[in-house]
Amino acid sequence: MEHYPRVCVMGEDVGHYGGSYKVTKDLAKKFGDLRVLDTPIAENSFTGMAIGAAMTGIRPVVEGMNMGFLLLAFNQISDNCGMLHYTSGGQFTIPTVIRGPGGVGRQPGAEHSQMLEFYFQSIPGIQMVACSTPYNAKGLMKAAIRSENPVVLFELVLLYNLKERIPDEMRYHVMQAAKTLVNKGYDPEVIDIRSLKPFDLYTIGNSVKKTHRVLIVEECMRTGGIGASLTAAINENFRYYLDTPIVCLSSKDVPAPYAGTLEEWTVVQPPQIVTAVEQLCEL
Amino acid sequence: MIHHCCRSSYFPREHYSVPENNRIPHLLSCNSPTRFTSRRFESIKPDKQLDYVNDNGGPQEYIDIVLSSLRSDTVKLRHAKKLQMFDLRRFMILSAVRETVLNFPGGIVKFTQELKFLSESTERIPCYRVLDDRGQLLSNNCMQIDKNIALKMYKDMVMLQTMDAIFYEAQRQGRISFYVTSIGEEAINIASAAALTIDDFVFPQYREAGVQLWRGFTLQDFADQCFGNTLDNGKGRQMPAHYGSKKHNYITVASTVGTQVLHAVGAAYSLKMEGKDACTITYFGDGGSSTGDFHAALNFAAVMEAPVILFCRNNGWAISTPVTDQFRSDGVVVRGQAYGVRSIRVDGNDALAVFNAVQVARKIAINESKPVLIEALTYRAGHHSTSDDSSKYRPIKDIEWWRLAQDPVARFRKWLEGDDWWDSQAESELREATRKEVLHAIQVAEKIEKPGLHEIFSDVYDVPPSNLSHQENSLREAVKKHQQDYPPDVPF
Repeated sequence: MEHYPRVCVMGEDVGHYGGSYKVTKDLAKKFGDLRVLDTPIAENSFTGMAIGAAMTGIRPVVEGMNMGFLLLAFNQISDNCGMLHYTSGGQFTIPTVIRGPGGVGRQPGAEHSQMLEFYFQSIPGIQMVACSTPYNAKGLMKAAIRSENPVVLFELVLLYNLKERIPDEMRYHVMQAAKTLVNKGYDPEVIDIRSLKPFDLYTIGNSVKKTHRVLIVEECMRTGGIGASLTAAINENFRYYLDTPIVCLSSKDVPAPYAGTLEEWTVVQPPQIVTAVEQLCEL
Repeated sequence: MIHHCCRSSYFPREHYSVPENNRIPHLLSCNSPTRFTSRRFESIKPDKQLDYVNDNGGPQEYIDIVLSSLRSDTVKLRHAKKLQMFDLRRFMILSAVRETVLNFPGGIVKFTQELKFLSESTERIPCYRVLDDRGQLLSNNCMQIDKNIALKMYKDMVMLQTMDAIFYEAQRQGRISFYVTSIGEEAINIASAAALTIDDFVFPQYREAGVQLWRGFTLQDFADQCFGNTLDNGKGRQMPAHYGSKKHNYITVASTVGTQVLHAVGAAYSLKMEGKDACTITYFGDGGSSTGDFHAALNFAAVMEAPVILFCRNNGWAISTPVTDQFRSDGVVVRGQAYGVRSIRVDGNDALAVFNAVQVARKIAINESKPVLIEALTYRAGHHSTSDDSSKYRPIKDIEWWRLAQDPVARFRKWLEGDDWWDSQAESELREATRKEVLHAIQVAEKIEKPGLHEIFSDVYDVPPSNLSHQENSLREAVKKHQQDYPPDVPF
């Protein structure tokens, strides 16, 4: 925002309140309440506004208080944000960033625990990225703002309170499982997929060529999740390098329950990852 | 309360000077954060307003409330002895006022003892018009409009009418797949466009081709878009009549109803940030005013004080749904007040009324940085589109009456003829020439080749990612292998 005067922020309570998760803390004091804009509760409203502003020269960063709320803006995101560059014959660009926290947090209940990646993944025209550490969050945010394409940036609720170097829950679980596996004598290569649309098939492909066995771990739900399309993409492109079918571990196909124990077991835990790798290697 | 518009540019420039129409005397530098209302960041204490009631003066509204309450209420003197330190008069005023008003969040509200509901229906808001049905000026005030502009308006209205008739027929002949006419709404299209400048962004629904016509989109451009050929600046990607042109600040039509109203508010926000002498205008119909996006946009435009003109073409029909099934309010104009937006109802078939209203609305939007809602009452004399036959749900005699007796083009012509700015010979020459031009444009557009295969994959992103390049290659291979199964007129 300092370097590019045209970057602005819009969302609910992002202004003087600093955002529900304090992501925009003190920005309004520094840049004014027009550039850090508080909006009424209408996600379609400020997403649509951001699209209009982007077409006329601004680079808006839209904050969804929770990614799940952006379902209310789905029409604007898919039919307008994703499509207008194409349908206008390239005349109008929409360099907007739509970001917000999603995923399971500290028991916020079913409606606040959604992963929207798989709802958005088939929208042509948008790019999707997900951050997993404070370090890559900064890089991805900067890249997203500079991109001429509309970008949806998925953040994770649990990341916000953590200090530098401590990663998000799923990455944390995977790294824990990886440590256990290394101690047991396995040699896992872990890829943290940050670009969800398009997939970074170059990096993934190189790893598949080396390891020949793939386990996908995700927080999305099993049915129709990102893992499902990634499985298809890897099968299509690298099937001759695979020794075994791809295994995909995802959250259960249920709304996230409130009770802490139940919530914990809807997502993938390290022992499940370890077991899955062991089974893969036995085949 | 102080209420300002931000005319100073928000973006720092090297040699900045305060513009003369800057209404904020204290805002000397554009580097300071812009505040679009001076109420921001003030804590709202319930008693804060009450403290204004002293000899130093306060808001006039408050003083009036105080005076009226003192006349009717009894002062509670028994408390006076406990509060001897305070000025007795001040105390009397304070306690009297506390009985009749309260500073709720949002502002001072008077109390009433009457249990009375606001009626759901009111007398219909009157409709502004300048010309009567016979094209005569209604009031004695002179209509100030430049002759060249008036003539251009008329010629463009005739052009729009002719273009609609011929393109509609072209669709019926199978030459284009789809078309949307603006029959009956020529005045709305042309007159509103004439009252704006080229710097004002237009966010159309789909029945506003005339606005683009006014701005310089040629007949050939229209035809190219409808045929989806290589010269179409949309590269054949949108349905016919979904025009768009960056050069003319006319944003590409999307089929989604009502989404453009929000885009217009967002673009107005960007104009406000940049301090430009321009506004945005967005068009939608009576049906479009029911969408969630419309309400959100109107509300937010009011809160944000965005310089946007929201133009409702209330033509009575949303495909087959009449307005009586669309809403129960007095049309769309009354919603303006509900959202805190200034609004007006105009006769949409009166070109001069539309012209005046939009001209003034533009001034309000830019100088006061406020949204304005205009409801133009008219009639959709044509079908919804070529996929519709409206005689199935409304009487043909109604359609015919509106189309002939209320034709906005004819009414405007009568006024021009009354001022000796037009005559029947000019009329027949214009009609003849226009018809030839439209037919020629169609014949030329039909023969131009379609966009190439590459245009399927370009502009999805700024640079095609690997998966799209891969898909393009596999499509090319498929076409090469089975050329006989693919359309022959698509360049490879």
